[in-house]
Amino acid sequence: MEVLYTKEHEWIRIEGTIGTVGITGYAVDQLGDITFVELPKTGKEVRQFEALCGIESVKAASDIYAPLGGRVIEVNDALDEHPEIINEDAEDDGWIARIEITDPKGMEKLMSRRDYEEYVRGLE
Amino acid sequence: MELIFEKSVAGRRGVSFPSSDVPRAGDLPENLRRTEAAPLPEVGEPELVRHFTNLSRRNFSVDTNFYPLGSCTMKYNPKAMEKAAGLFGGFHPMTAQLPGGERFVQGPLRLIYELGRLLAEITGMDEVTSQPLAGAHGEMTGLMIIHAWHESRGRRKRYIVVPDSSHGTNPASAAMMGYEIVTIPTAPYGDMDLDLFRKAMNDEVAAVMMTCPNTLGLFNPHVGEICEIAHENDALVYCDGANMNAIMGKGRPGDMGFDVIHVNLHKTFATPHGGGGPGAGPVGVKKHLAPFLPVPRVVMNSDGSYGLERENPQSIGRMAGFFGNFGILARAYAYINMLGREGLIRVSEQAVINANYIMARLKGYYDLPYDMPCMHECVFSASRQLKHGVHALDIAKFLIDKGFHPPTVYFPLIVKDAIMIEPTETESKATLDAFISAMIEAAELAEKNPEVLHRAPVTMPVSRLDEVRAAREINVCHLRSLSS
Amino acid sequence: MSRADFCPNTPDEIREMLAAIGARSVEELFDVIPSGLRPRSFELPDGMSEFELLRKMEELAGENDRRITGFIGGGFYDHHIPVVVDHLAGRAEFYTSYTPYQAECSQGTLQALYEYQTAICALTGMEASNASLYDGGTALAEGALMALRVTGRNRLVIDGAINPFYRRILRTYLASVDVLVEEVPPVSGVADREAMAALIDDETAAVITQNPDFFGSIGDLTGIAGEAHAKGALLVVSVYPVSLGMVKTPGEMGADIVTGDGQSLGNPLNFGGPTFGFIAARKQHIRNLPGRIVGETVDRNGRRGFVLTLQAREQHIKRHKATSNICSNQSLCALRGLIFLCAVGREGLAELAGLNFDKAGYARQALGAVKGVSVLNGGPTFNEFTLALPGDAGKVVGKLLVRGIAAGVPLGAFYPGMEHCLVVTVTEKRARAEIDAFAAGLEEALWS
Repeated sequence: MEVLYTKEHEWIRIEGTIGTVGITGYAVDQLGDITFVELPKTGKEVRQFEALCGIESVKAASDIYAPLGGRVIEVNDALDEHPEIINEDAEDDGWIARIEITDPKGMEKLMSRRDYEEYVRGLE
Repeated sequence: MELIFEKSVAGRRGVSFPSSDVPRAGDLPENLRRTEAAPLPEVGEPELVRHFTNLSRRNFSVDTNFYPLGSCTMKYNPKAMEKAAGLFGGFHPMTAQLPGGERFVQGPLRLIYELGRLLAEITGMDEVTSQPLAGAHGEMTGLMIIHAWHESRGRRKRYIVVPDSSHGTNPASAAMMGYEIVTIPTAPYGDMDLDLFRKAMNDEVAAVMMTCPNTLGLFNPHVGEICEIAHENDALVYCDGANMNAIMGKGRPGDMGFDVIHVNLHKTFATPHGGGGPGAGPVGVKKHLAPFLPVPRVVMNSDGSYGLERENPQSIGRMAGFFGNFGILARAYAYINMLGREGLIRVSEQAVINANYIMARLKGYYDLPYDMPCMHECVFSASRQLKHGVHALDIAKFLIDKGFHPPTVYFPLIVKDAIMIEPTETESKATLDAFISAMIEAAELAEKNPEVLHRAPVTMPVSRLDEVRAAREINVCHLRSLSS
Repeated sequence: MSRADFCPNTPDEIREMLAAIGARSVEELFDVIPSGLRPRSFELPDGMSEFELLRKMEELAGENDRRITGFIGGGFYDHHIPVVVDHLAGRAEFYTSYTPYQAECSQGTLQALYEYQTAICALTGMEASNASLYDGGTALAEGALMALRVTGRNRLVIDGAINPFYRRILRTYLASVDVLVEEVPPVSGVADREAMAALIDDETAAVITQNPDFFGSIGDLTGIAGEAHAKGALLVVSVYPVSLGMVKTPGEMGADIVTGDGQSLGNPLNFGGPTFGFIAARKQHIRNLPGRIVGETVDRNGRRGFVLTLQAREQHIKRHKATSNICSNQSLCALRGLIFLCAVGREGLAELAGLNFDKAGYARQALGAVKGVSVLNGGPTFNEFTLALPGDAGKVVGKLLVRGIAAGVPLGAFYPGMEHCLVVTVTEKRARAEIDAFAAGLEEALWS
């Protein structure tokens, strides 16, 4: 199992061919209190870096992009009523969707945790 | 304070109606009849009046408070305009559409026509439509005209170029039209970076949209060049005229090279803001774009009377039901007539003096991202105060306790913790001095006692409101709460 | 003449201010505008005093002061506006304030808009309303765009019996959107809902209709609502607010999105504007409602308060991904609508609707009884109905206009083949004597 990161502050935890997707603590800091997550539909197919779903806070609305291409097989329904879970625990309980990965090669374009932390330091 | 719905008591009545002088016409069949009367409030007139009068007293307004909202031009609304516009309340717009009907509404038609000529002269354009109902609506109209122009020449364009300081409606309007947005960063000298602009221009650009002066309150001296470069690339140039209050008599966007402009009558031309509307956003165009203007258009006939041009093969169509927000047009017409040439010039001069005065007196206390003479508004940053954990929002809330409506905060987005101050020309030096003192006090408190700012406001009917809760537990209707 | 420019500062004060700025003259502050960009012309008339201005405006308004008895509608209705509406909406704190971005000092406007949203839901039988749009035509267009967003589909079925101006606005709005629009023409002044139902398929985002329609007919939309829902499409209905004092609500009939024009609720005719548009929907679609929305919340001390909410959708945050480019709403006009609805109240609105219905019913009979004239509407109407005349309706209207009667809206310009037809509107303001005089006048115009 490994966790990889994107420049748009998404993470993906890869277990075999399944990837669990969420956004990082840094993204959550930028957005503020999350008020709504527009969960994707199961069965939706996305290419790497294509918009997976939308997320809203009081001050901003953003798209969340798929870290790898795949097909959505499960979504975190708890976020419907409790979007604040993402604020509480963005990198675990606050997962957004699980995908069946169709292009593992795309992992080459992602960052390791250490590289991501360095990238974020460079932004600040 | 209770909602009017909470004051309702079954059986109370407000307005009385005359008895019918015709027989009852029976009933609607059951499948078309409303099952229960609409659950509207039931209150008597005295209660109604008390409720809304007290509600109104929970507002700051231009007539009660200094209201320096940048980019909104909150100037005094002359009361004579209200009386003047009220004279036209009874005119039915359909009358003009009836055969021979134009004869009966020559007054309103003439007003629309003459207002168009006045706005054309003020902005340096050739023809004007008064149909757009607000600034954003005017933008949409302008972009549709631009789109139609390119289509008529067999050109498909992909992009609209905007500076990164533009008002949010600019890219939203462009996106609604299906264009992709290209954003040009603002250079340290406070204007769209000319070199980056030149590089971004190509023949796939439909138009460049600029606010003039820009949203930092700065006039771009290269604007003529920008228009030329755009035209060389077969693109048109759109002027967001929201800031016209700064340059009346000193510069006309039409002369600078702009092809299309919208003006905000509720900003520059003193029509009341109404708590967020109604406004009006007439659009002016150069001759070559006139065939695309929306219909109907008011025209002058050869005998000097006024009529309607109902259809035009190249017109973009209809943007509104009839002639636009006529009541607002009437107010603006009255304003322009009352002020006249000298009055309008003086308006811009005084607006610019007032803004520069505030800028000069406050620059020792707040960071000024673009340290140069401004036009009718100035933009500070609360970055110095941020070091003490004080945000632009805290300063805004403190100003409320001092009796001032806050300036615009967090816009434009390119300035960190922006504070945009537009005093307008109708404010006295004494008012400006009081505001300046309050701003200086806020700066001092930020250093010495930021808690005061964080707690503000404390003198209003409510303290800071939980916006997160409002978005998470949605309740927009008293009849049913939407929180699940 | 003394100046009217509302600039209060005296020459001394201006001198002081210029000194603080460090400029030697006002002109210096405009040096940044190059001489090549100065105005080529600035020929405007001289200003005038308040007295002269009012005299000029009175002349303009009085230019044609022939009193016309109006039987015309077309989206704008001559209803009585209770005096209290002008009085309360004329409070300076309401009309000289701005959009309530700073909620703590705008609770007046915010609470009023929340009450307005509630009143619209009460009126239409829907669950969520926004804080108003520009007018009925643009509201319908926004409703169509909303249906496209909600369903993600790209086809629309449009009822040709909808107000022609609204349909034109709709087409203007949709011109740059990738959508297939199928308009179903009415048949002899009757909306063809069967043909509309037949066009609904899996790609249809919505069926769009109006009730009562432009010809005045009231329809039962439950059937077409069912047809739309069966295929996953929405029903969008434009309504006439005063009619909802007696007509079944679109909510009850199965509509998903309801729009309309609020002029008939406490706003003067004003030669066509300003007015306001309203839009309301089922609660699951609330995030796709365009424009501003006010929500209830609490402050730091637990006190109830109101704020603009769901703003992330609006143009100023999402920018190019906004639900719409709408910035201002028609706040003051919506406030007038709210005050009107509260002034007439639950029973009052029903009574007002009844008066309109009865007067129009009387007129429908009286005019339909004129030789050669027939009523085209097969079923019930509210306060508008369509007459078929034995000749060109435009000519008849022209004749009657000269005699001080605006007889109705001739349909030839909007519906080919209906040049002999006329839509007549009768509100509570029309006296029986006026209706009788109209019938007599019509007879004369046709036969003498």
